[in-house]
Amino acid sequence: MNPKVKIDKLNVHFGQTHAVKDVSIDVPENTVTAIIGPSGCGKSTMLRSLNRMHDLFPSARVTGKVLLDGGDIYDRKVDPVSIRRRVGMVFQKPNPFPAMSIYDNVVAGYKLNGRVKKSDADEIVETSLRRVALWDEVKDRLKNNSMELSGGQQQRLCIARTIAVQPEVILMDEPASALDPISTLKIEELIEELAEKYTIIIVTHNMQQAARVSDYTAFFYMGDLIEWGETKKLFTTPEKKQTEDYITGRFG
Amino acid sequence: MSNHTGDLTISQPPGCTENTVTNETPPAPIASTKGLNADLVFKGVTAAFAFSILVILALMALEMVKESLPTIKAFGWEFINSSDWNPVQDTFGALPYIWGSVVSSILALALATPLSVGTALFITEIAPRKFGGVVASLVELLAAIPSVIYGLWGVLVMAPWLQQTVQPFLIEHFGFLPFFQGAPYGVSMLAAVFILMIMVIPIITSITKEVLLAVPQSQREAAIALGATRWEMIRMAVLPYGRSGILGAVILGLGRAIGETMAVTMVIGNTPQISLSLLSPAYTMPSVIANEFAETTSKLHASALMEIGLILLAVTLVINVMARLLLWGMTRQAAGGAK
Ligand SMILES: Nc1ncnc2c1ncn2[C@@H]1O[C@H](COP(=O)(O)OP(=O)(O)OP(=O)(O)O)[C@@H](O)[C@H]1O
Ligand SMILES: [Mg+2]
Repeated sequence: MNPKVKIDKLNVHFGQTHAVKDVSIDVPENTVTAIIGPSGCGKSTMLRSLNRMHDLFPSARVTGKVLLDGGDIYDRKVDPVSIRRRVGMVFQKPNPFPAMSIYDNVVAGYKLNGRVKKSDADEIVETSLRRVALWDEVKDRLKNNSMELSGGQQQRLCIARTIAVQPEVILMDEPASALDPISTLKIEELIEELAEKYTIIIVTHNMQQAARVSDYTAFFYMGDLIEWGETKKLFTTPEKKQTEDYITGRFG
Repeated sequence: MSNHTGDLTISQPPGCTENTVTNETPPAPIASTKGLNADLVFKGVTAAFAFSILVILALMALEMVKESLPTIKAFGWEFINSSDWNPVQDTFGALPYIWGSVVSSILALALATPLSVGTALFITEIAPRKFGGVVASLVELLAAIPSVIYGLWGVLVMAPWLQQTVQPFLIEHFGFLPFFQGAPYGVSMLAAVFILMIMVIPIITSITKEVLLAVPQSQREAAIALGATRWEMIRMAVLPYGRSGILGAVILGLGRAIGETMAVTMVIGNTPQISLSLLSPAYTMPSVIANEFAETTSKLHASALMEIGLILLAVTLVINVMARLLLWGMTRQAAGGAK
């Protein structure tokens, strides 16, 4: 089977900093791939190159290929906006739109496609919120401001907002690192469920989390991809010494 | 110690001399208490300066109320409800001035707001960093031009242009509207609106720029990641997040427009009348004070000008407090993150 996302000799530079070095990874459809590695090793930078987020910062230079269903997203003729509709992103800190209600947050991205019928919007809101297990908690206050939710609820709202536009791939950059253990658990359960429909790539600092939620794991160190493969294998019989040191916590 | 900075931002009133500084330089033998004492003195002095500002303001307001009592007693509410301003017969109604100030300021703001917000968006969201910086400094430079120069330009360049080109055009094509009737004089409400618009654009633009810069990057990224274009990102994330701050900027601009004296006096025509037509000359509150204070014909006349000043003071105070509160709320929200 062809990979959903094929990262092919990807390099990212910030001025003199070579943040991602010649990385190649295949991400199969409907799987969860975890990206682990010490702070500053280029995980976020890698992830953000998968939906052309670096376009916002003229300082970043991306070379190499990222194939989405075989098509290079960095092709000159490709509109980055259309890529971002197919590749959604959830951030480390929950970032709902504070001026909007819970309801409006969920449909914010969906409405970009044009005018939306109220009944369609209602349906999108309910299914998206149900998917992230937030519906029961907020169904009576959809019109309330999104800022009154707890941090964990806000993060699930952000995930709902992302899946409401029905992307194919969801990128998550440490989506639970700002949350308490119970909210974290909920997010992890959610990731497993979402993998039935979406292809998920998640950056995490938490090794247990990577082991729990992912099918594949990639280990980065100083911008290099040291090793990637099936999570079970990588965590039990890593090929490289560096990987073993890191996952056993022996890292300097 | 860092909490003193709040007091320091208040500029020191010139008339307020404090002896305590020199008297208190202590012969302290122990280093630590010396630092402590100096700190206390410093705190006391800055607090005194800050407090004296309030006292001066209160004294000024009090004096103005006292001086306006004659007209307040003589005319009551009629003062702001009547159009009869006749120093010879000692009857004073300030409505034409209030009308002139309100209409010229509001219209100027209505024109300046979209231009300013657009310019600020260009600086922060669209232009390359360096170029945006250049535009921002140019805009700020506009704010530094003395208002009499705007007035001079208004009278010598803009008013003739309005008279010969713009107003005849408006009369010919929109003359059926009550707003564009009458003869083209050049100096007019329209001229005041344009001058005020130009004068408030720098202030609204630069504050809006600050407000937009305070919008967290995470908000922009949220919109972009949903597949928003740059414009959609601005509409969905940037403007709503900054709306109270932008409103604050606009209200601050209103305060500036209402209080502006020199330039408006030079171009508005100084005719106390209430006309729907923007082509007619009009008059504003600051202008009548500036024009008439030196040759008041009676005690009541002076009192009438004082009462107009009092109204102006009250209005600008309220406007500024409102604007500051909005801006303060906005920056606090931004400092606390988008949580
Ligand atoms: N906008 C930027 N401009 C310049 N350098 C950057 C930028 N973003 C990241 N970098 C650099 O790229 C390298 C990789 O950063 P990145 O944020 O990808 O690390 P990370 O693995 O996500 O770390 P963390 O686990 O702390 O989030 C770092 O050296 C960082 O300083
Ligand atoms: Mg990171």
